[in-house]
Amino acid sequence: MWDFVVDRRGQIAYQAFQHVSLVVQCVLLGTVIALVLAALVYRSAAATSLANAVSAVGLTVPAFALLGILLAPFGFGITPAVIAVTFYAALPVLRNAVVGLAGVDGALIESARGMGMSRPATLLRVELPLAWPVILAGVRVSTQMVMGIAAIAAYVLGPGLGGFIFTGLSRLGGANSLNSALVGTIAIVLLALVLDLLLLLLGRLTTPRGIRV
Amino acid sequence: MSDTLPAPPAPAPPGRRVSGVPIRLEEVTKRYPGQDRPAVDSVSLDVAAGETVMFVGPSGCGKTTLLKMVNRLIEPSDGRIHLGDEDVTTQDPDRLRRRIGYVIQAGGLFPHMTVGTNVGMVPRMLGWEKARVAGRIDELLDLVGLDPDVYRDRYPKELSGGQQQRVGVARALAADPPVLLMDEPFGAVDPITRQRLQDELLRIQEELGKTIVFVTHDFDEAVKLGDRIVVFDVGARIVQYDTPEAILADPAEEYVADFVGAGATLKQLTLTRVHSLQLRQVTTASIGDDAAGAVARARAAGDDFVVVLDRRDRPISWPTLAEVSRMSAIPDTVDERLPVVGLQSTLNDALDTMLAASQGGAVVLGRRDGLAGIVSIETIMEAIQRARRETAG
Repeated sequence: MWDFVVDRRGQIAYQAFQHVSLVVQCVLLGTVIALVLAALVYRSAAATSLANAVSAVGLTVPAFALLGILLAPFGFGITPAVIAVTFYAALPVLRNAVVGLAGVDGALIESARGMGMSRPATLLRVELPLAWPVILAGVRVSTQMVMGIAAIAAYVLGPGLGGFIFTGLSRLGGANSLNSALVGTIAIVLLALVLDLLLLLLGRLTTPRGIRV
Repeated sequence: MSDTLPAPPAPAPPGRRVSGVPIRLEEVTKRYPGQDRPAVDSVSLDVAAGETVMFVGPSGCGKTTLLKMVNRLIEPSDGRIHLGDEDVTTQDPDRLRRRIGYVIQAGGLFPHMTVGTNVGMVPRMLGWEKARVAGRIDELLDLVGLDPDVYRDRYPKELSGGQQQRVGVARALAADPPVLLMDEPFGAVDPITRQRLQDELLRIQEELGKTIVFVTHDFDEAVKLGDRIVVFDVGARIVQYDTPEAILADPAEEYVADFVGAGATLKQLTLTRVHSLQLRQVTTASIGDDAAGAVARARAAGDDFVVVLDRRDRPISWPTLAEVSRMSAIPDTVDERLPVVGLQSTLNDALDTMLAASQGGAVVLGRRDGLAGIVSIETIMEAIQRARRETAG
């Protein structure tokens, strides 16, 4: 297996970069979408439970099925992969953002409003910063999860390490097939750990000292 | 409709600084959907500029709702609200609130911002320059008795409950609003801290002369802090609106008499303030002073203890001469149990403080927490006896 890695190091590095790039961009996009949705729903109890239901049900949709469905309108390539990965990335963030925003002490919101802070300013300067640790926990869950889902995106010929896994699986028994699948899987696990560490660091840097536990 | 008594706001006593504006409520009503009785039923009330008016009444009587309609955190269903000469009933609520200080229980400080950032919130919203905001933050922390260099960059969780409440008051005063609304601000702190916060509010109010509306469920607090008290019944019906002395002497209804409580003979305890007593001046010493010199000065003045002042002239301990003679220099030890009261403290507070500290006297703080003198338990007893003789005769 070591020879396999050494022989294909250029290709592995390129696909690893593609994989991480797909995941990071989709998580960013998914987080923005989730935050916007959370900001729209968190003040209404009905909309909040709807959002929670959507994020719970959404996670039960099999990634394979979603990718298959997306093939019809978008064909093979990057577009269906990005849509699917972003969809799964947004769900845990949405749930945590709604929970985090709902958990902000009502007295603080009243005191912000009472000093003349507008609704949007209260959200940006008080509610989001206080909900941030919870939101970031959602982002970490989401990143871990879509590292795996991005591998399945290789099914629609999306970029990333999934290619090694699918190639290996389709030629099972052939030369280097097991090596190929293993390299793809192990690389994904390692990269997931690295990303998680980076997010942990980001959390340290972006959480104000006053609310750090 | 409730029969609201027309308010009798006489102008503030001459010589007192006033920076507040009058508040006038006209037939203000709040109805909530699905409730047959309005929470606030056509209330009219005048609050004179620079006065502290206390709202008291049973819980659920609508006093907090009425307070929150002044800064329109709750929109009135009906009626007009005036600040000074302005009708603010339809003004943009955010801009209105930047002109009204608002203090809630436990301060409502933002935990993710430093003390300084919290205090500078409203000035920054009003677009003040950075340097001006920074100067204002220090000025206000100083006003509420917190050393800016120590507390400016701390986070709220690093402060005690009483300190957080002080910062809450500083934040509300930051943009120098003419009106201050306080919603049971001192409800969540222990009795000794509450008493000190009350003393400080009185001292600050004497310096600033804001118009303050203060909701409380504690009648003693109302008597101590209020220039006037409004006693409410259900639907925010005004049962009595008068000075604490008048309400205690002549409750308008049985209901008020019940609320005020009995204990008429000891009323002087809550009505008489420490500043009306003869305070004893004592020998003071500063940190690092020569101990023998301090003892000599105290002996010459006939004192058996000295009061130690810190670098900002605030008393921190009162060692006896026997204790001082054992030292070479005056130490900077802070006596946590030092009994302190303010000039505006009631005799009730002063007695409480002495009993809690098991001492026969207390240190009286004046402006900016400086030393004003010493009050002894004998002085207080004399004052009570004199007052009782006067009421009897």
